[in-house]
Amino acid sequence: MDFKGSETIPGPRTEDQLPQTAEAAAKIVIVGGFGVGKTTMVGSVSEIKPLTTEETMTQAGVGVDDNFGSASKTATTVAMDFGRIKITEQLVLYLFGTPGQERFWFLWNGLFEGALGAVVLVDTRRLEVSFDVMGRLEERGVPFVVAVNTFPDAPRYPFADLRTALDLSDDVPIMDCDVRRRASSRDVLITLMRFLHSLAMTGSRT
Amino acid sequence: MTPPQRQRRSPQEDPPPQPAQDKKEDERPNPERLYVVAGADGNRADLDLVTLIVARVEDPPHSATPEHAALLRLCAAPLSVAELSAYLSLPFGVVTVLLTDMLAAELVQARAPIVRKALPDRSLLEAVMHGLQRL
Repeated sequence: MDFKGSETIPGPRTEDQLPQTAEAAAKIVIVGGFGVGKTTMVGSVSEIKPLTTEETMTQAGVGVDDNFGSASKTATTVAMDFGRIKITEQLVLYLFGTPGQERFWFLWNGLFEGALGAVVLVDTRRLEVSFDVMGRLEERGVPFVVAVNTFPDAPRYPFADLRTALDLSDDVPIMDCDVRRRASSRDVLITLMRFLHSLAMTGSRT
Repeated sequence: MTPPQRQRRSPQEDPPPQPAQDKKEDERPNPERLYVVAGADGNRADLDLVTLIVARVEDPPHSATPEHAALLRLCAAPLSVAELSAYLSLPFGVVTVLLTDMLAAELVQARAPIVRKALPDRSLLEAVMHGLQRL
């Protein structure tokens, strides 16, 4: 390394640098309720140590119910953990996990716009915490698959029951996953890619 | 045992209105400080979290601010805007403003992201699938 590496702001490790041939990147968003394993999933498949980016946004009292009567403007910081997978020498895939309060994620312009698709992680002990996020993805036309993070003490429902409970159309994949395991998390991402591919074949999604 | 029940939603014609990024009127101290780092509000370049940024010059010009110089060093090899934001510990919006200046000054180059389309690119999805299988 030349002297540039000795600057005070740490950059990527040499082995984490992308080749100059990297032409373009795509992103996938992992969503789900608090504590469902989103950050763990990002970490288990990422080739780099997960990083955090954030955005500060002011909003005019959207869904904020804890400041009645005061000026309806709040500054909120939304943080995103993300990881990266080099697909080819030209193509890079980024995975964004979404810690914190889900009602703020959708205020971040450009997080879901352009995402190839999303993974909705669910915990069968608290299925309902994913309902709103799934609805918002549907409203925005972001295709998603559902991955059930298999916590040992969580109730097990047949997929047919989960499909009904989550009101999933027949074509939306749902699968079990152990987000701590790279192979399992990777398989969820591959399932999402297959699903997107099938949508491309049928051209059914706008 | 019956799980709770959700109701599916359908795509909306118009996405919900996005909140204005009205930093001028914001009275909180932190955004103000960041506002100074980012300079006057100009039009921001259309940068995605995963737009790749690559330096076009090796050394920052004398006029470069410390933030510009740090960005230039970081993107000697291609790096996404999200990574630049993470390494510099600056919010995404602030980094896009800094990069807007640097793009205009031709200090860096932006490589546009691959975004979801009505009809996705099948060969791209296949490439990603194959890449994931190698993990």
